[in-house]
Amino acid sequence: MAEAVDYKVIGSRPIRPDGVDKVTGRAQFGADHNLPNMIYGRVLRSPHAHARIKSVDVSKALAMKGVLSAICGADFPGAQHGEVGGEGGGDVADVAKNVMARDKVLYHGHPVAAVAASSVQIAEAALEAIEVEYEVLAPVLDLDLAMAPDAPLLDEKCFTKNLPEPPDKPSNIAAVMNLKRGNVEEGFEQADVIVEGEYRIPMAHQGYIEPHACIATTNEAGQATVWCCTQGHFEFRAMTSKILDMNIADLKFVASEIGGGFGGKTVVYLEPVAVLLSQRSRRPVKMVMSREEVFRATGPAAGTHCKIKVGAKKDGTITAATAWLAYEAGAFAGAPMGPGAMSVFAPYDLENFDVQAFDVLVNKPKVAAYRAPGAPQSMHAMESTLDELARELNMDPIDLRLKNAADEGTQAPYGPKFPVIGLRACLEAAKQHPNYTSPVPEGAGRGVAVGFWFNVGMQSSAEVHLNENGTVTIIEGNPDIGGSRASMALMAAETLGVEYNDVRVLVGDTESTGFSNVTGGSRTTFATGMAVIQACEDIITQCKARAAATWGVDEDQVEWLDGQAVPAPGVNAELKPLSLADIAGNAARTGGPLLGRASLNAQGAGAGFSVNLADAAVDSETGKVDVLSFTAIQDAGKAIHPAYVEGQLQGGAAQGIGWALNEEYIFNADGVMENAGFLDYRIPVASDLPMIDTVIIEVPNPSHPYGVRGVGETPIVAPLATMANAIRSATGVRISDLPLSPPRILDALERA
Amino acid sequence: MTKVQVAASINGEAVEFLCEPQETLLDVLRGTLGKTGTKEGCGTGDCGACSVLIDGRLVCSCLMLAAEAQDVEVTTIEGIATDDGLHPIQQKFLEHAALQCGICTPGFIVATKALLDKNPNPDEETIRYWLAGNLCRCTGYDKIIRAVQDAASELAYEA
Repeated sequence: MAEAVDYKVIGSRPIRPDGVDKVTGRAQFGADHNLPNMIYGRVLRSPHAHARIKSVDVSKALAMKGVLSAICGADFPGAQHGEVGGEGGGDVADVAKNVMARDKVLYHGHPVAAVAASSVQIAEAALEAIEVEYEVLAPVLDLDLAMAPDAPLLDEKCFTKNLPEPPDKPSNIAAVMNLKRGNVEEGFEQADVIVEGEYRIPMAHQGYIEPHACIATTNEAGQATVWCCTQGHFEFRAMTSKILDMNIADLKFVASEIGGGFGGKTVVYLEPVAVLLSQRSRRPVKMVMSREEVFRATGPAAGTHCKIKVGAKKDGTITAATAWLAYEAGAFAGAPMGPGAMSVFAPYDLENFDVQAFDVLVNKPKVAAYRAPGAPQSMHAMESTLDELARELNMDPIDLRLKNAADEGTQAPYGPKFPVIGLRACLEAAKQHPNYTSPVPEGAGRGVAVGFWFNVGMQSSAEVHLNENGTVTIIEGNPDIGGSRASMALMAAETLGVEYNDVRVLVGDTESTGFSNVTGGSRTTFATGMAVIQACEDIITQCKARAAATWGVDEDQVEWLDGQAVPAPGVNAELKPLSLADIAGNAARTGGPLLGRASLNAQGAGAGFSVNLADAAVDSETGKVDVLSFTAIQDAGKAIHPAYVEGQLQGGAAQGIGWALNEEYIFNADGVMENAGFLDYRIPVASDLPMIDTVIIEVPNPSHPYGVRGVGETPIVAPLATMANAIRSATGVRISDLPLSPPRILDALERA
Repeated sequence: MTKVQVAASINGEAVEFLCEPQETLLDVLRGTLGKTGTKEGCGTGDCGACSVLIDGRLVCSCLMLAAEAQDVEVTTIEGIATDDGLHPIQQKFLEHAALQCGICTPGFIVATKALLDKNPNPDEETIRYWLAGNLCRCTGYDKIIRAVQDAASELAYEA
């Protein structure tokens, strides 16, 4: 492990720059913005899960008093195929059809028309006046049945991609993926023990508390401005421009504060509709989803069916492993089968493996990224199977994982060799943790599992403005979803050698800063942070030049130390150091204001590994699970603001526990979600959870100046199997399918 | 439709407004009155983002008709800080990093105010059950509970 570096402000826990506005109600979230003269847009949604649209007639709605515009699929130009979006955006032609259906509706809640009116009440009344004729088709709701050769088709033009031979007929399987190495047959022959498992997980929602919201206004020159809650306003601009066939120069996107996203706000739903309505009505149009609309027509995470087979020697060495992973894409292709397939065996050094993955269309909402998209499901399957293998081998589950753990130099199943990674450090920390070494509480069970996420880099831009008194304003382009302004300010303060409170961070709109990909992929502190650091280094270079000019020495005779330009050793020591404030105050005489900038396509996002521990008790009469303790251990590379890193670990744990224990989309036979509200789709509440213990491991990422690895997504991966394994320990029964809700547990206990 | 005239006190200030009979207090706070600090997460009383105090009692403003606000004292997030600055609850939420996205924060702070006004020294279980009507999807509640505990200590010290 690299030696710990002493930092001045990095690693401290200051109050976030946007904090006061968020505890006083001043901060403006998506639905908080209003414009003079605005009207309200509402969406008409399909009452069928699968139907052909024979006709849509909005004329009666348009004729109503107070209705200013009404549109349907035919009013949209129809986007060309092409990838847009950093994290699961998918084919923009499909995004266009998801925003507004054209010839078919593919899930209950699929938009078919929209109106804008002078009040929400009039808009809702107008929706009832829209006439839609449907030819109702059989919905395809079951993942296995959707994959069957004779299944009804969602898309007659969908031919499975990536097959060895091009298929001769269409299928609901949009694409397959195969990853393999070595020879699994030989590997299984070498095994002393073979364990197999089969696991199903239904769709689950990201469950951000803020519903999608936007307001769009278009002027007579055709230029539109959109305020919205988004994880990436530049990508929302790109999608909207393609969907409406508009010049990007005519679209300005302003990101509001964002009330949670977790991947679910990386794709447009309302924005192109609001822009088109605003064009037609020549008024600003505000659109806000209801919670029910959020459940029925945004997100969710893919439902899955996974099969795992693992063979091992008596000493625990894995000799072969196979995975069969089917992911529900929902209405359009683009389930996260790729990352699911690439992550399933990523923590382990395997000679022989074979992974097959499937991206499957079903008549349910199109899935969106949800924190480490694809990995929680496939790794729940693998980590549950390993738990059974450890039992079979009578081996400590952490020792089993240590025996096979990937390390620096291990070739990852998805190709590259790992640089230095923190998996072993996490496993060792888990093994020594009091929550693992202590006796299991009476009547409870203990579970352990490993989590992994790739983390990404991608494109970021940042500018640093040196104010005339030496304070600093940073402008970057990533909506702050969990404290990123604080981490930017800390990295800037560290780099420049100034006080944290002298740094202000602004999230710029699409016209005030350079392009940045989404706040997603656990990339912001890593990649945008790197842009901020480089922009600060640019300022330092310029400051040294100004100091050199002031002193009449060469630039290489100036050094930067603790926020000041100082003469290099051996240079005239009588020169008085020049602080940022000195240089800024004198800027007019030395060449004008100082502006640093950087833009990059960040490489080398360090992989993130975690180990989770849980103690759980199961009430054998009710099937209710009590989480007695939960411990999240994760390698952060370097925790810039440890409190927000702990927050990521704790929040991801809570979401993963909810996914494991309660959360699921329940569809009836017609494909109508029956629990589209927070009362029936039950996310964890405060009384469901204990304090969540965290251990931040710091194995610095060599590709980042301060060693940062992304931390946002890995935390949700391990809790699913951790809880399943704890419940296995508590009950003696392996319940393969999630959620481990009281009825499922009772049913399993009765069968056992 | 005939509008209803309502006279209420909001954060100590006399307010009169007209509302539709079906409009909720949340609609009027956020719309007519422009007090957007109170958030809407569900509209069905399940998430607590719209928490306000009505004569000191914790209420989901999405479940209360605006017309019912006649003659009541409404406290919203905008009324929690004082002339001296942030309320200790707000300060502790900041110090403990008890918010990530911040959308649920106004509701949690108002709900915590209601709890600590009533019970200045709640144990962890009491806090967890009291706040069970406020959903947070980011934090896992750990830091929120600690912030509330610390705010209770601070208020007890000040008292």
